[in-house]
Amino acid sequence: MAKKLMKGCEAVAEAAIQAGCHYFFGYPITPQNDIPEYMSARLPQIGGCFLQAESEVAAINMVYGAAASGARVMTSSSSPGISLKQEGMSYLAGAELPCVVVNMVRGGPGLGSIQPSQGDYFQATRGGGHGDYHPIVLAPSSVQEAVDLMQDAFDLADVYRTPVMILADGIIGQMMEPVEFHESKNTRALPKKDWAATGWDPKSGRARAVVNSLYIEVDELQELNDRLQSRYQVIRDNETKAELYNTDGAEIIVCAYGTVARIVKSAINICEKQGVKVGLFRPITIWPFPEKELSGAMDQASVKKAITVEISAGQMVEDVRLVVNGKKPVEFFGKPGSYTPTAEEIAEYIMKSREA
Amino acid sequence: MQTVFKKTPILTDAVLHYCPGCGHGIVHRLVAEVIEELGIQDRAVAYVPVGCAVFGYKYFNIDCVEAAHGRAPAAATGTKRTDPNRVVFTYQGDGDLASIGAAEIVHAAHRGEKITTIFINNAIYGMTGGQMAPTTLVGQKTTTSPYGRDKDHCGSPIRVAEMLATIEGSAYIERVAVNTPANIIKAKKAIKNAFECQIAGKGFSLVEVLSNCPTNWGMSPVESMEWLEENMIPYYPLGVKKDITKEV
Amino acid sequence: MLWTNIFAGFGGQGVLLIGQLLAYAGMYEGKNVSWLPSYGPEMRGGTANCSVVVSDEPIASPVLSMADCVIAMNTPSLDKFESCVNPGGKLFINSSIIDKKATRTDIEVYYVPCNEIAEKLENPKVANMAMLGAYLEATKAAKTESVLDALLYKLGEKKAKLIPLNKEAIEAGAASIRK
Repeated sequence: MAKKLMKGCEAVAEAAIQAGCHYFFGYPITPQNDIPEYMSARLPQIGGCFLQAESEVAAINMVYGAAASGARVMTSSSSPGISLKQEGMSYLAGAELPCVVVNMVRGGPGLGSIQPSQGDYFQATRGGGHGDYHPIVLAPSSVQEAVDLMQDAFDLADVYRTPVMILADGIIGQMMEPVEFHESKNTRALPKKDWAATGWDPKSGRARAVVNSLYIEVDELQELNDRLQSRYQVIRDNETKAELYNTDGAEIIVCAYGTVARIVKSAINICEKQGVKVGLFRPITIWPFPEKELSGAMDQASVKKAITVEISAGQMVEDVRLVVNGKKPVEFFGKPGSYTPTAEEIAEYIMKSREA
Repeated sequence: MQTVFKKTPILTDAVLHYCPGCGHGIVHRLVAEVIEELGIQDRAVAYVPVGCAVFGYKYFNIDCVEAAHGRAPAAATGTKRTDPNRVVFTYQGDGDLASIGAAEIVHAAHRGEKITTIFINNAIYGMTGGQMAPTTLVGQKTTTSPYGRDKDHCGSPIRVAEMLATIEGSAYIERVAVNTPANIIKAKKAIKNAFECQIAGKGFSLVEVLSNCPTNWGMSPVESMEWLEENMIPYYPLGVKKDITKEV
Repeated sequence: MLWTNIFAGFGGQGVLLIGQLLAYAGMYEGKNVSWLPSYGPEMRGGTANCSVVVSDEPIASPVLSMADCVIAMNTPSLDKFESCVNPGGKLFINSSIIDKKATRTDIEVYYVPCNEIAEKLENPKVANMAMLGAYLEATKAAKTESVLDALLYKLGEKKAKLIPLNKEAIEAGAASIRK
């Protein structure tokens, strides 16, 4: 298929449709409005349904209902709206329902800015709502990668019966890049959704569906949590994804995800011109965090330290420290809010840090 | 031997957890009988609330989904919109629907969402232990209005049926009560009308059911039925508030 | 080949569009491209800008703090972005409405009377295309034909009749900076 120049938000929406998502419930908030706008135009053409909900709270609960009835469904929002969706995310996780949630992150806390930010890393990777759960979180760094991850996002959600979050930012959402849509291919065997509430014929042979996250007895709740935790372990063991760029024999490993990782690549090129070999570790799944991949890079004798770069006060750096576990220094460079560091600033920090 | 009564198969054999004399059991049975009579078990999906009816999924012998507090109309929308052939209803109490879920119910009605809501108004929060609801009557004592509801402090009770009847997208709205056999028969007819309204694709339908809460009102079941008659019905008048199903 | 560019002007002057046309044209010619707008409430009447990268290699960062070329369609844009031109880079100034000169001496500066060119063509809307023409002439970052293909795609067949006018504007813009 020929390449098309598309805005990230629109490309994500189209990729979701091509992945078989025909239902979308959302609410306007900048910088992700192009997703609901695109869905509102396309879904009626293919017999799907777009609905603008009265709030993010309602939208995520519409997703809950559609997922409870077995549909491939999605919503999108940006940070303040994602906060409102956290109640629903917890219920989706508790009721073991698959869905995809896109967060085009903006600066916070509060109303914050509409510029890019990475301040929602903790909220996304730690669960965000109440209770012990994790959504799977995918962090694309280009429009093409966002497109490529959509099919897998829906498949992962179905296989593991869990919400999957795409954690991007306003740059990915608003930027236009050439994209190619590949023939949609399910690479995973998808389980039958015989648990879905669709209307029950007692003669059908299936059990009556009860979609629920209420387990009032301690033992029953334990059973749910044990099931979730063992599923999370399978996800940790099998589903990590990372890009390692220029890491072989590097002196410093820079850790960054999403848009920032691309700026880091430019910074690495600047350092290279000054004769310093710097590598990039870029997690594509930020939950599960690619521990083995990072360890492999950090354990090289050539590597002296890690530097984590984020548009935050330092969130992913905690996961990096957990992996490095004190064996080598881990530094942080970045600011909270929406200040996107330039390649020159990152390169300057790396060079200074090297001398320190 | 002649069979004079048979329990509807749309209720499971699980023993109801409701307090003795509570109206929930009556309404459960009415809803289940209507589903049986309309022959829609295989396309019905129930959304149960957070409140006393939180275990509704144990009793309705159909596919059931437990919604977050107040969110049942939004979640039910997801089930309905992904297959309009389904018959979807929410079963909600006054805290769930009129307080935390006010936005969701208003907008379900506003969209003309083709779902049915069974709204139990017993003027109190039951499950959490008798706190004040938006529907608690002025002067009524609850665990969070121990001196009686003061309208200058926390407003007057909301008349949900009348409010929703003003919304363009609502198609059938009726208020009924389950305090006497005659009223129970009328309540069942209203519930049936509401489901038929949905099946005919007319729009949003809701039946507000005035019910009792002997435990949290601190009364015997009989006293509570009388209290409902004397105090609730004058403030919450019974009857059809809106019906577009008969319009040509 | 790598061109990093910032297109800036008033909202409504069409700077986002000419940036997009360059990105499309680059893509049609098999290059890697990215187009990143400033976004938010400043869409109309305020300042708008976009960063466009056209490159033979995969693009590392689409976010530009410095650029090889800056296109300034109005005075606030010149004030904001003159310092962002890489040494040896190019600065394009819409001399029809910017009455000051560039202060940098380490870059090439082009003065393009965009609005006058458009007025001569009897359509003030094509001032942006005159600027794009000057940019293409100075950089050869993409071919005029590719840009026109992109414009046809954006306009759709119904508005295809506008192509000759836009082509004229591009050519007039290019001619204006030829020595």
